[in-house]
Amino acid sequence: MLGPHTRLAHVSEPSTRPADRPDWPRVKLHIVTGKGGTGKSTVAAALALALASHGRNVLLCEVEGRQGIARMFDVDPLPYEECRIATGLTHPDGARATPGNVYALHIEPEAALLEYLSMYYRLGRAGRALDRFGVTEFATTIAPGVRDVLLTGKVYEAAGRTGKKGTGRQYDAIVLDAPPTGRISQFLNVNNELAGLAKMGPIKNQADNIMTLFRSPATVVHLVTVLEEMPVQETTDGIAQLHGHGLPVGGVVVNLVRPQDLDRGELTAARKGTIDTDEVTADLRDAGVEADDALVAALLSEGRDHAERRALEDAQRKLVAGLDVPTYELPRLPTGVDLGALYELAAALKTQGMA
Amino acid sequence: MSAQRRTRPRVGPLASTGVEATGLDVDALLDDPGTGIIVCCGSGGVGKTTTSAALALRAAERGRKVVVLTIDPARRLAQSMGIEELDNTPRPVAKVRKTKGGGLDAMMLDMKRTFDEVVESGASPEKAQQILQNPFYIALSSSFAGTQEYMAMEKLGQIHRQAEKDGSYDLIVVDTPPSRSALDFLDAPERLSSFLDGRFIRLLIAPARGPARLMTAGLNVVTNALSKVLGASFLRDVQTFVAALDTLFGGFRARAEKTFALLQADGTAFLVIAAPEPDALREAAYFVERLSEDRMPLAGLVVNRAGPTPQGALSADEAMAAAQRLRKRDPGSLTAGLLRLHADQSRLVEREALLRRRFAAAHPEVATAVVPALSTDVHDLAGLRRIGELLANG
Repeated sequence: MLGPHTRLAHVSEPSTRPADRPDWPRVKLHIVTGKGGTGKSTVAAALALALASHGRNVLLCEVEGRQGIARMFDVDPLPYEECRIATGLTHPDGARATPGNVYALHIEPEAALLEYLSMYYRLGRAGRALDRFGVTEFATTIAPGVRDVLLTGKVYEAAGRTGKKGTGRQYDAIVLDAPPTGRISQFLNVNNELAGLAKMGPIKNQADNIMTLFRSPATVVHLVTVLEEMPVQETTDGIAQLHGHGLPVGGVVVNLVRPQDLDRGELTAARKGTIDTDEVTADLRDAGVEADDALVAALLSEGRDHAERRALEDAQRKLVAGLDVPTYELPRLPTGVDLGALYELAAALKTQGMA
Repeated sequence: MSAQRRTRPRVGPLASTGVEATGLDVDALLDDPGTGIIVCCGSGGVGKTTTSAALALRAAERGRKVVVLTIDPARRLAQSMGIEELDNTPRPVAKVRKTKGGGLDAMMLDMKRTFDEVVESGASPEKAQQILQNPFYIALSSSFAGTQEYMAMEKLGQIHRQAEKDGSYDLIVVDTPPSRSALDFLDAPERLSSFLDGRFIRLLIAPARGPARLMTAGLNVVTNALSKVLGASFLRDVQTFVAALDTLFGGFRARAEKTFALLQADGTAFLVIAAPEPDALREAAYFVERLSEDRMPLAGLVVNRAGPTPQGALSADEAMAAAQRLRKRDPGSLTAGLLRLHADQSRLVEREALLRRRFAAAHPEVATAVVPALSTDVHDLAGLRRIGELLANG
């Protein structure tokens, strides 16, 4: 839990107040990626809640067909339409402003293709014929690149709404729970994937428009990692790849950070085994705990194990700091992530200025 | 608890608390000469690659002639095994203990290379060149949804055939790609063959073959619509590509079916790998159900990265209460810090155990090995050996 003892490593004086100036004021599209198992969907959801404080409406999109949003927010599986799923994070200063809403959209390529066809081409009959001939299946699961154009195209459409009648709900921000780091450049670089396939025609134009949005200051790609060797390496590689493709890199969210209950000196003592056993025993007795040798030994051995892992985390944290992008840290919650926990994580992101 | 007591039926509230999975006997699986293939599968980030490599090393040092196919090993792990080069050929791993007559080769799968080889082996040189240079093929072979999965299975088939012929290996360990959904991997062969066999593809080739009567009004609507959306050149490229591939169709399908049959055979053992997290275990549960649906031989579940069980008889709540009392007096109390860590760890482990018990309650037939989290990443053979021991003891 984000108790009073959670110390966030890169903030020397943690404040419980939201940062006055968020780090991404001009960004409309937040794309969240990360290695499998680092919790990128959790971070995307928390970011959406954080962005939806004071009256802003946020759309949270998923594209991997996993219905992860429905599970996290404890709602029925999402259809292919925008549904309101939660109220945004309440401003910690109290009722200074009403929180906005988080909407969710589960983007399916087949439905996106048919929608795209009817929207831009009024292909009612032909659209259905395409489906009958297995073309939608072909185009969405087989034809490489086209699937990604359709998935990102829907996000593009939602981001480009002007508020004119009939164009659908306008959002202040959109959070895309994107494919994992290993595939992110390929996924976003739809132009490249299509190159040589669709050299001209509407799909190609659509891909060009999408790339213009992705490369604009209105978009950032955030990477989620944990403080372990492989995920940090993958994050480093991912950032280099994004730079290489001219895609805007946002922040790195370090997730599942261990509790920071021991300070540097205590960690060293724990590692070296120089903690005064008698003092711990006396403390435990004072606190009303029946302290036998076995319990004290167990606590010290847990402390040593923790200190070793913290040292490894610190080494990885240094590498993350060297990436030269804003970083944010979220704690590991021992009881798992439920809806309430998402709000806690959202508050932590807001405090650190991510939203 | 003796086996006899365990089978006695329980009633009442206690009945649901005693569910513990049976242990997975990893060494028995590795030592059984009947085990010819071990497939490790599971969602991304659960340690599949490390588990595959550790199992392969352990089997080799227990006397099996092993080859391990990995997909995307961490750089240092790949270096330690001597496979940082992508050349699609198994290479012997140095420093494996060969006292029991076994050995270990390893290779990292080059998906595109494997696809190219399939084309080259099935078509005339000119035709192969034509296919390899087609833009549609280039895109398909590197990013077709499921290509990686399919090619891992293709490579498995190749090595298996070779091993049967020359006896080079008696155990193949396969790591599967980090799929969006673990199920992609089982669907891949079928999806590729249904793609190549699909109605739309057939329609696309039909004009190239001639019979004009197939150009129905319906197809015209379809091709016109597609040209409109994708551009005419897209369709032309697809048509050329598909016509060129046409000769390979039969071969592709037959291979995919053969691989599927190989996976179902008795000599194959699937291990589902997971982490003690709801998402990973949910994915593992789908996988277990899917494997039994497809009559694939499931050997068991490996739960990696389990938190170390806290020692001492102090509950999380007691530890938290004591920590708060100490902090009231001395906010910087070291003992309070240790107590909080203990509470945190106890809660984490209790939650993990609960998740595992729920899995076991739903899938009591699945034997399980639990591997504790190591504090460092594994990047040498000593580390893999250590994981192998933990797997065998888990």
